[in-house]
Amino acid sequence: MSVLNAFGFVGPSIDWWALLPQVILLGAALIIMLATALAPRKTSTVFATVTTVCSAIASYIVAVGLWNDVRTDGPSSSIASAFGIDGFSIFFTMLILIALVATALLSHGYLDREGIDAPEFHALLLCSAAGAIVMASANDLIVMFLGLEALSIGIYVMIAMHDRRSEARESAMKYFVLGAFSSAFLLYGIALTYGATGSTNLVQVRDYLDAVVFRDQHLLMAAMALLLVGLSFKVAAAPFHFWAPDVYQGAPSPVTGWMASVAKAAGFAALLRIFFAAFASHQIDWSPIVSVLASVTLIVGAVMAILQTDVKRMLAFSSVSHAGYVLVAVQSATAQGTAAALFYLFTYTFMVLGTFAVVGAMGPDDDHPLANYAGLGRSRPLVAIAFTVLLLAQAGIPATSGFIAKFQVIAAAVNSENYVLAGLAMVTAVIGAFMYLRIVMAMYVADDENEGPTPSWHWTTSIVVIAVVGFTLLAGLVPQFLIEFAEEAVPILIRG
Amino acid sequence: MEITTSWYLVLGALLFVIGGTGLLIRRNPLVMLMCVELMLNGVNLSFVAFAQRLNDIGGQTVVFFVLVVAAAEVVVGLGLVVAILRRRPGTTADDLSTLRG
Repeated sequence: MSVLNAFGFVGPSIDWWALLPQVILLGAALIIMLATALAPRKTSTVFATVTTVCSAIASYIVAVGLWNDVRTDGPSSSIASAFGIDGFSIFFTMLILIALVATALLSHGYLDREGIDAPEFHALLLCSAAGAIVMASANDLIVMFLGLEALSIGIYVMIAMHDRRSEARESAMKYFVLGAFSSAFLLYGIALTYGATGSTNLVQVRDYLDAVVFRDQHLLMAAMALLLVGLSFKVAAAPFHFWAPDVYQGAPSPVTGWMASVAKAAGFAALLRIFFAAFASHQIDWSPIVSVLASVTLIVGAVMAILQTDVKRMLAFSSVSHAGYVLVAVQSATAQGTAAALFYLFTYTFMVLGTFAVVGAMGPDDDHPLANYAGLGRSRPLVAIAFTVLLLAQAGIPATSGFIAKFQVIAAAVNSENYVLAGLAMVTAVIGAFMYLRIVMAMYVADDENEGPTPSWHWTTSIVVIAVVGFTLLAGLVPQFLIEFAEEAVPILIRG
Repeated sequence: MEITTSWYLVLGALLFVIGGTGLLIRRNPLVMLMCVELMLNGVNLSFVAFAQRLNDIGGQTVVFFVLVVAAAEVVVGLGLVVAILRRRPGTTADDLSTLRG
């Protein structure tokens, strides 16, 4: 430090308290790896799970403290405005930490059963969670890119860790190639944004775009298009979704749940921060494109889901159509729409984690034809009820959080006077419901001689499923607390 | 003829397009990794060219971050390629079709 100071280098001030959530997670990852390397015997899965869950809870407590700071002192940013400390970043930090606890608990029974090394898995999971938090909090495009890569690289390896199955490695390769491809697009978009505005910092980008009228905005338009393409790959929005079914099917179920919830949430966090907050003054340029993207995604997600026979592939297309609903909210480019998108992502995270919890417990993770679920209603009535609630919530049935989420998204589209898209969202919700009902029917309507499947249930999975179903019903019946939370978390860019 | 920063931007865009095309049409996993590198280096060149045009050092420091990330990505990519080739020697991307898209 003193050598650098001698050359006149002054580093930015760093608010360590605000960085503590990620630091705790990375510290826990190091502790797990060190303990595994130094321990004389093979470290147990219990140790890794407990460390991950404890660090996530500690991190969550810090996030609650930060939330109180933001409410009393207002939002701020740190490290030369590169890292935002606002309602938006804390909203996503909490969402990611909840998903982390759920994934750690779900993988507990799964890893032992499928013979995957637990410490490495948990270390990667923690790094990937830290990356997701950085991505959601970044006020600088390069920091956002680094977070995205930390998130993705962890996931590539977690998918491939399933030794026994060649499908897992194949889907890891597919995800890797397309992930690298999309990162390159995103990065090129960042380069063009830098060229057009002179900075990669979103605060400065916004100030520049507010102040300057472009004579020729080709460069900025190309930048927006590339950023949108890069992030659309990450959130699996059509026509950039073609990796999703293969990767969701091949990946171990807890990792699929993690990808479907956190990778998508972090991708949308980046999308909202870049487009809603920084490119707000050029809303008229990007909003129609997002709107087209949303309609294509809704149609592809709903129609392709019907054609699938494998449950994991069905759920992959359902996650594509969920991305479509969030995009419907994003295209409205209003605070109301953004709050609706945040509400949708929060409730969707719970639903999708619970759904993949049940899928992961359905015996050896090889393939999941719909026939495997036949008779579940008879052999395990409680599991079948929980699964039914989660599927109906995804379909958007009233009294579940999915209904409120879809309602808010469509209301945002109507208020932004995009009636065509609002109508399309309603129609595709009906088409999509058919696919969820098909799974429910398979569980309850079965031949009498069919004994039904017997999932290998671990008590940690039960905790997750009960909590998730409880939250889905709670947010469906009394959604006000979450709506207020989402409204306070609309992104803003503050110079630090 | 004077060589301006625009030339470098065009070269960066060309490298990016060549890398992107290669990634989509080449079937050898190693060549696909090389194409990813080509895309990222096209972006790096654009960053440096913009930094030169804007007379700002920020764009040049970004390149170091990108280089590190690209290296980390290749480490994982090569690991995956080795894991797949060990099981099935001589694999190309066309053979990775157990999962149907």
